[in-house]
Amino acid sequence: MSERVVAAIDQGTTSTRCLLFNRAGRMLAVAQREHRQHYPRPGRVEHDVEEIWRNVASIVPAALRRAGLGPENIAALGIANQRETTVIWNRHTGLPLARAITWQDTRTDGIVARLTAEGHGELFSSVCGLAPATYFAGPRLRWLLDNVAGARAGAERGDVLFGTMETWLIWRLTGGPDGGMHVTDVTNASRTMMMDIRSREWSPKLLAALDVPERMLPRIRSNSEVYGTCTAVLPGVPVAGALGDQQAALVGQTCFAPGEAKCTYGTGAFLLMNTGTRMAGSTHGLIPTMGYVLGDEAPVYALEGSIAMTGSLVQWFRDSLGLIETAPQIETLALTVPDNGGCYIVPAFSGLYAPRWHPDARGVMVGLTSYIDKGHLARAVLEATGWQTREVVDAMNADSGLPVTRLKVDGGMTANHLLMQFLADVLDVPVERPLGSEAVSLGAAYAAGLAVGHWSNLETLRANWHRAAAWEPAMDPVLRRREHANWGRAVDRSYDWVEPS
Amino acid sequence: MPGTIQSIERAAAALRLLANTGRPLALAELAAALDLPRPTAHGILRTLREVGFVDQDAASSLYSVGAGLGSLSTPGWDRHDLRSRSMNWADALAGGTGCAVFVGVPDGRVVSLVHHVFRPDGSPQRLRTNETVPMHATALGKCLLAFAPLVTPAARDLDLQRYTGRTATTPASLESQLVVARRRGCATGFAEYTPGVGGAAVPLRGAGGLAVGALGISGPVEHLFGSGGVVRPRLVDQLTAAAGEISVTLGHS
Repeated sequence: MSERVVAAIDQGTTSTRCLLFNRAGRMLAVAQREHRQHYPRPGRVEHDVEEIWRNVASIVPAALRRAGLGPENIAALGIANQRETTVIWNRHTGLPLARAITWQDTRTDGIVARLTAEGHGELFSSVCGLAPATYFAGPRLRWLLDNVAGARAGAERGDVLFGTMETWLIWRLTGGPDGGMHVTDVTNASRTMMMDIRSREWSPKLLAALDVPERMLPRIRSNSEVYGTCTAVLPGVPVAGALGDQQAALVGQTCFAPGEAKCTYGTGAFLLMNTGTRMAGSTHGLIPTMGYVLGDEAPVYALEGSIAMTGSLVQWFRDSLGLIETAPQIETLALTVPDNGGCYIVPAFSGLYAPRWHPDARGVMVGLTSYIDKGHLARAVLEATGWQTREVVDAMNADSGLPVTRLKVDGGMTANHLLMQFLADVLDVPVERPLGSEAVSLGAAYAAGLAVGHWSNLETLRANWHRAAAWEPAMDPVLRRREHANWGRAVDRSYDWVEPS
Repeated sequence: MPGTIQSIERAAAALRLLANTGRPLALAELAAALDLPRPTAHGILRTLREVGFVDQDAASSLYSVGAGLGSLSTPGWDRHDLRSRSMNWADALAGGTGCAVFVGVPDGRVVSLVHHVFRPDGSPQRLRTNETVPMHATALGKCLLAFAPLVTPAARDLDLQRYTGRTATTPASLESQLVVARRRGCATGFAEYTPGVGGAAVPLRGAGGLAVGALGISGPVEHLFGSGGVVRPRLVDQLTAAAGEISVTLGHS
């Protein structure tokens, strides 16, 4: 008899992937398909959710074929998704009323400014833990209700449904117009600005402030329970796990104890720390968020710090400056010099994110002398990621009272060993990379597998985590302090560049 | 004396034209300048594109000189590109074999370790990226000697230092090991550098089949070798499969 495996769908910003994992947490097969990015106007980024659904319907069978398995071998299906991307659709036809508005889209700045001007800022912060920002889903839903013909009337009649991407996929997988389950999970719901983060229910006060009809919202469920059974794509297989991608990585990295933290390095970076069953308020610019809820167990909270530019700064160095041909070659270039030569780059290309939150800052490059060559610039690019991580970790330590004692990392930039060593050096804690860089998908698989008893408990999952590489701090403390101070002075110089219009 | 090969002459002329014009060219312009029918010119350009000597812009269909031409003089791959492309398969290989995984490239008379994945057994290990190991006493080194002879020294030019009682210390004994490695497609090391530690390595191949590095597994000799001192076939199969997948990403077809 073939072995039972768990399938995960990772519905990401640029592509959707299906991965199959065995009981040891090893990836057996992967299939992937990119979807189109629609840029109808500056600041607007949209996805066609029908296209994404068609991609799911083609990649899941492709992954099964590669592993030589059929739906009967799949114990459960879990979903991890790009967070805050917002879609509305007609429950009778199954058709979206508009393209989904993605998390990068900033068209809701007017709505957000109005919420703040009307004095709702404090209400949102205290109930859902989020200060109003264009980043979150609620204002996007409001925009759709205000701007898409028939949306509000349909929603009030109960004909139009709202969802983030996991909600859309679960609804389609479990029957769509024909009895599909309309559910979301608590991590995705916690990023809508509509959920009370303590009760984990939709908040009538916040819905009133946003003017969103409650009947269009999905039921909020835990991250690990059987939401329904697939009627399409994987007929008969229970859909049993869903998490936002960053929370999925927290689970995939098995950060199950308070104080354990992971950072995923991609275009940007997302650092999440498990703060246990207590929600840590942030006074240092971090976002308190749901970590995960496993079935009926007590909810686990997390603190999140996001860094806007990490991999994207390397891409800029490659594509806009043309100093390297491929992203990995930045390490080659950086190794041509022993240190940064006194040069620092602060990549505040669209302001500074956590923990500083200075939207009026812009990027600076300081310390330039005739001595500086492109190797020093390459160092400065990589070091910017290190110092930005250090600032988020410092804020986490202050807010959580749980000092980070080691950092688990994943994502494409972990291939850069010079950067990982620098990270360990400036954080002064060991940095560890797990075997298999698929923490996001693995987390979704774990949530689904736990729900159906494929894995019995968290200790089994911890035993699946294997260290693939570790970097130990080796920087002289005096040098660390001096470089930290220099970085701080460089950041000071990025402030207040954009003049108020 | 046989005559010159016309298609190579035409390809050289096309490259010269692209390099000297200073702007991307359309197929019609190239065909006219080379005085060739368009299908013939197209065949030449398509072949040059496939070997990386010519780029074609996806939107405009215009041709220009490709990156592969510039890297002709630099031997092999950038080591960090190599690591980046190896990473996922190296992880899978460590998970599947229970061995540590290394990627090595020739660096003068030694092997430079480009990538290292820990043995997934929870034991304390230290990251060895950027360290070097001797060619004659390791599976990685012997793999490079056997399969990348143009970029590695001859056996007689190596300092055949003895590390253990099993180290090959004469050019003849090393050469005979390389012959075996070439025949099997896989080089092995049986406690020749570090007592108790064995390894197996196969070449990573880029465009045209050139060996650009070695992918190796390493672990306790009893884990790697079965009776008669032969590497367990299950491990070699996984090693070869992973090297094949990485080689595809390096342009090996």
